[in-house]
Amino acid sequence: MTTAELICPAGTPAALRTAVDAGADAVYCGFQNATNARNFPGLNFTPEELERSVAYAHERGAKVLLAVNTFPPAGKFGLWKEAVDAGARLGVDAFIVADIGVADYVAREYPGKRLHLSVQAAASSPEAIRFYCENFGVKRVVLPRILTVPEIRAIRKEIPCEIETFIFGNHGLMVEGRCSLTNYVTGLSTNMDGVCSPAADVEYVRDAEGNMTTRLASFTIDRFACGETAGYPTICKGRYRAPHRDDGYYAFEEPVSLNLSRLLPELMAAGVNAFKIEGRQRSRAYVARVVRAFRQAVDDVRAGAEPAFADLHALTEGQKETEGAFRSKTWR
Amino acid sequence: MDGPRTRGPSLPFPRILLQPVLHRIVHRIARENPDMFGRLGPWRSSQFLIDPVNLPFALLLRPDPDNLLLRAVSRRNPPPHVARIAGRFLDLLELVDAETDGDALFFSRDLEVTGNTEAVVCLRNALDDVEGSIAESVAEMFGPPGRAALAVLRRAGERRKAQRG
Repeated sequence: MTTAELICPAGTPAALRTAVDAGADAVYCGFQNATNARNFPGLNFTPEELERSVAYAHERGAKVLLAVNTFPPAGKFGLWKEAVDAGARLGVDAFIVADIGVADYVAREYPGKRLHLSVQAAASSPEAIRFYCENFGVKRVVLPRILTVPEIRAIRKEIPCEIETFIFGNHGLMVEGRCSLTNYVTGLSTNMDGVCSPAADVEYVRDAEGNMTTRLASFTIDRFACGETAGYPTICKGRYRAPHRDDGYYAFEEPVSLNLSRLLPELMAAGVNAFKIEGRQRSRAYVARVVRAFRQAVDDVRAGAEPAFADLHALTEGQKETEGAFRSKTWR
Repeated sequence: MDGPRTRGPSLPFPRILLQPVLHRIVHRIARENPDMFGRLGPWRSSQFLIDPVNLPFALLLRPDPDNLLLRAVSRRNPPPHVARIAGRFLDLLELVDAETDGDALFFSRDLEVTGNTEAVVCLRNALDDVEGSIAESVAEMFGPPGRAALAVLRRAGERRKAQRG
């Protein structure tokens, strides 16, 4: 069984301190630009904030992982180089990357720095993962959320690096790093601009009966009846009409969050080295509650005790939870 | 879970009595948290309608450190605003203090956002990066009565959370 580090999200310096204080082994974050996949307005770190945050984390024994996990468009690689250079200068413990060019830059310029392969790279086979390990010295892969626990166990035996899996949070997986739905609708790319469903294109409309319609760039994503729990305005979670259906239906995925609390012992026994909590765009309240809950649960498993499971249901999208493909390939 | 419907008393409310207090509150918060304004980007000079649906008035906020504004306004005939954020007063208070998660309130339909979503996201992120309790800071301004009022509000919040399960 692994010791399983707890990798926690931070969209602001206050959230980073909250995560560290709540028991994070490492916190992941990004700069205020397109170099990371949570490029939302008012979110993320300036270099000065990151410097202070790294110091705060290191003083308390926690690591800081810098997400540089978007794909630079041709001719714009400079911004990604700057992000890596700044991260190295400010003392981050590892870079989370998806693009081969960015991985190569880190490996050549900062060979002493750890490289983690982002879920955005969508490396889900031993062959793909080994390619990144052999060519760029990747030390850890964040697995796409499409694998069962037995599949993860099998992959672990065939790769020379650590495994990190998501355990809680948004479950908009599609084909990670390849989704172009936002790009199709808004012109902005999740993978290159770092923003899924940009807030500037999101609109919530409430009618007199209390129904709420969510729109993205004039496309209706969903319509929630008064009192019905709501989800994010992302296209992959939209409810659509189709000729062969009488009512609207969730064509891709449903508004639901991943929660693998109950699979922690199996995942640790399968050789997972680190657990990732999704949610850099979420509040400090979310960070505090989720990190505390999983800190307790992971420590319980490490100690050989029955893990305590906190009720995180209210924090889940649409107030629904799933174990997704980790439990079964038939989850959808 | 029927959403943040307006339930404020319909009796006329002397909003004018509140304006000097709100003025003091917003200036104190701004003075104590000067770094928060950077996260507002181009929206710092915009006006937000904060609508505590169970109070008899709404609040108009302009989070511009050079031209700050927080005042009670009519819900029925509010001044121009870029976005409206509506919820029960206790929920909004806990949001400001990062004691509750805005997305969770949105999922349960206890928080409603209309208007410019980007502006709201910036405001949310700016407030979420403020550590310490804004509510406590405001309560301190009014001494023991302020602290007592906050304690009453928080107990009411706890009761409501317990009822929600």
